[in-house]
Amino acid sequence: MLTEDLIHEIDHEAAVFEQRRGACIDALRVVQRQRGWVDDESIQDIAAVLGMTADEVDSVATFYNLILRRPVGRHVIRICTSVSCWIMGSEMLVEYLQRTLGIGLGETTKDGRFTLIQNQCLGACDHAPALMIDDDLHRDLDPGKLEKILAQYQ
Amino acid sequence: MSERPLTERIRPDGAPITLSEYEAAGGYQAVRKALGGMSPKDVLQVVKDSGLRGRGGAGFPTGVKWSFVPENPHPKYLVVNGDEMEPGTFKDRVLLEGDPHLLVEGVILASYTIGADVAFVFLRGEYLESERQMKKAITEAYAKGYLGKNILGSEYSLELYVHMSGGRYICGEETALLNALEGKRGNPRTKPPFPQTSGLWGKPSIVNNVETLCNLPGIIAKGPEWFKGLSKTANGGTKLIGVSGKVKNPGLWELPLGVTFREVIFGHAGGMRDGLSLRGIIPGGASTDYLTEEHLDVEMDYETVAKVGSRLGTGTMILMDNKTCPVGMIHNLITFFAHESCGWCTPCREGLPWAEKTLRAIERGEGVMEDLAVLDRLVVDLGPGMTFCALAPGAMAPLGSGLKYFREDFERHIREQRCPWK
Ligand SMILES: Cc1cc2nc3c(=O)[nH]c(=O)nc-3n(C[C@H](O)[C@H](O)[C@H](O)COP(=O)(O)O)c2cc1C
Ligand code: SF4
Ligand code: FES
Repeated sequence: MLTEDLIHEIDHEAAVFEQRRGACIDALRVVQRQRGWVDDESIQDIAAVLGMTADEVDSVATFYNLILRRPVGRHVIRICTSVSCWIMGSEMLVEYLQRTLGIGLGETTKDGRFTLIQNQCLGACDHAPALMIDDDLHRDLDPGKLEKILAQYQ
Repeated sequence: MSERPLTERIRPDGAPITLSEYEAAGGYQAVRKALGGMSPKDVLQVVKDSGLRGRGGAGFPTGVKWSFVPENPHPKYLVVNGDEMEPGTFKDRVLLEGDPHLLVEGVILASYTIGADVAFVFLRGEYLESERQMKKAITEAYAKGYLGKNILGSEYSLELYVHMSGGRYICGEETALLNALEGKRGNPRTKPPFPQTSGLWGKPSIVNNVETLCNLPGIIAKGPEWFKGLSKTANGGTKLIGVSGKVKNPGLWELPLGVTFREVIFGHAGGMRDGLSLRGIIPGGASTDYLTEEHLDVEMDYETVAKVGSRLGTGTMILMDNKTCPVGMIHNLITFFAHESCGWCTPCREGLPWAEKTLRAIERGEGVMEDLAVLDRLVVDLGPGMTFCALAPGAMAPLGSGLKYFREDFERHIREQRCPWK
C-alpha cells in the first residue's frame, strides 16, 4: 500500500499536467526514493492513483534506466562506463568493485549493503572516472580513493 | 579576455548565484525590458537578427524555429531540454547548477515570445544538484513576481515546473522528450506534425536546449549586434566548449565561436599528458564524426566543422590519445547507443546490437576481414534517412569516421587476432 503521504505527493505532481498520467514517471521516482525500488504492488497502486492500468505503468517503468524493478541493497553504486570514463580507466574501477564486493554488475552483496549498477555518462567527463553512490557524485577516482569512499556507506 | 555572458557570474567553486546576486549583476533586466515595452514580435525579431542557433546539437536557428508557433490554441508550452545524456557532454550542468536564474530568465523571455502559458525544465534523472538549484531559483522567482500571474504587473503569466527524467538517452530527442513528459515510454514521434504546432498534449510547443535559452537575456539586454560581435565567425555568440580525455587540464570554457581546436586543446586544456600524442577528436559529444590532428586549425563553428565532415554538436569534445585503442573506444560508444536505442524501428533495434557484437569480436581478436564489410554496410543502412529518428545515424557517425581514419587499426586486430593495445 502507498502511504497517504506518497499518494499526496503523487497527486501534487499530477496537478501540473493536462492528464494525470503525465505524473507516471514522477510517481515511480517518488516511490523508489522511499523504498529503494518499485515492486509489483506499487505498480498497481500507482496505476490506481493515476487512472492507468498496471501494465501501462509497468511498460513505462521498464523503459527507463533509473527505475529499478528488482530489490536493491542499502546503497546503490552507479558506475559510469561511458566513453570518457572508459578512456580514463573505468574498467579498472569496475574490476576493483567486483573484486572487493564479490559481486558482478547488476548484483547485490550478500549482506545487502551494496548494489552495483552500470550507468551511462554522468555529465562529469572532465573529472573522469566518475560514479554515484545513492545521491552523491564522486569524481576523479582511482581504486585508492574509492576504497575510502566506500567506507562512508555502511 | 573575451566576454563571457553565460559564465561570467559563475563562481570558481560552482556554488550557485543567488537571486540578489543575479539582480545586482544586471539580472532580470532583459525580462523588464521585454515585458515593459517590447511586443513578442519585437523580441522574436531581435532573436532572429542575432542569428542564435540551437546549442543542443543540431544548431537550428532559434528565431526561425519559434516563428512556426501559431497564435492559438492555448495552453502553449515551452520545454527546456536539460537531458544531457550524450556521452562526453557536461556543459548544461554547469549552467543549471552555477547560475540557475540565468536559465529562468531565458525561459521567461522565450515563453513570452511564443506565448507559452506553462514551461517545464526537463532534467536528466541523475542531475539531483541541478534539480535542487533550479527548484530553489524558481521559488525565488515566483516570490519576486518574475513568474506566476501577471509577471511584473504585465498582462503576461507563466507557470514553470521541473520534471526529472526516468533516464534514457532517447529522451533528449525532442519528440521522445514530449512523450516522456506526458508520462509515456520515450519513443520519438512522427514528424510532421512538428512540436511547434502539435507538441506536448497536442498543443503548440517549443523545445530548446539549456544553453540556447541562457543566451537570451544577453541578446535582449544588449542587442543582436553585440551578440554577433562575441564570435570570431559568422555564427553569433560564445559557446561552452569542453574537453575530456587524457589532456593535462580537462574542463569547460566559454569561448567565442570560431576558436580553433588547437587553441582549445593545447591552450585551455594544456595539451596532451606527458608521453601521449593526439590521434582522434570527437568534436561535440558521442554522435559526432571523428576528426584528427590534421583538423587542429579548423575553427569551431557550425558550418566550418560541418565542412570537414563532422559536427560541432554539443561542443564538448572527447580526445583519443595514441595509447587508447580506437576499436575499443568505438566499441564503447556503440555499446552505449545499442543500449539506449528505444527499439521502435528495426534497423536501429537490430543493427546496433549487430554492430556491437561485431566490434566486440574484433576487439577480442576473434574478428575476420569480412566483419569490416558488415560494419561498412551497417554505417549505410543505419545512416541518415534510414531510421525513424536521428539516434542511429548519430551512432554511425563515430563508427563510419572511425572506419575511415583508423582502418589500419581494425585490420591489425583481425590480422594479429588480438588487441595490440592490451
Ligand atoms: C538521440 C538524441 C538525443 C538528444 N539529446 C539532446 C539533449 O540531451 N539535449 C538537447 O538539448 N538536445 C538533444 N537532442 C536534440 C533535440 O532533439 C533538439 O534538437 C534540441 O533540444 C533543440 O534545442 P535547440 O534548438 O535549442 O538546440 C537530441 C537529439 C537526438 C536525436
Ligand atoms: S532510430 Fe533507434 S532510437 Fe530512433 S526511433 Fe528508431 S529504434 Fe528508436
Ligand atoms: S563519460 Fe563518465 S561522466 Fe561522462
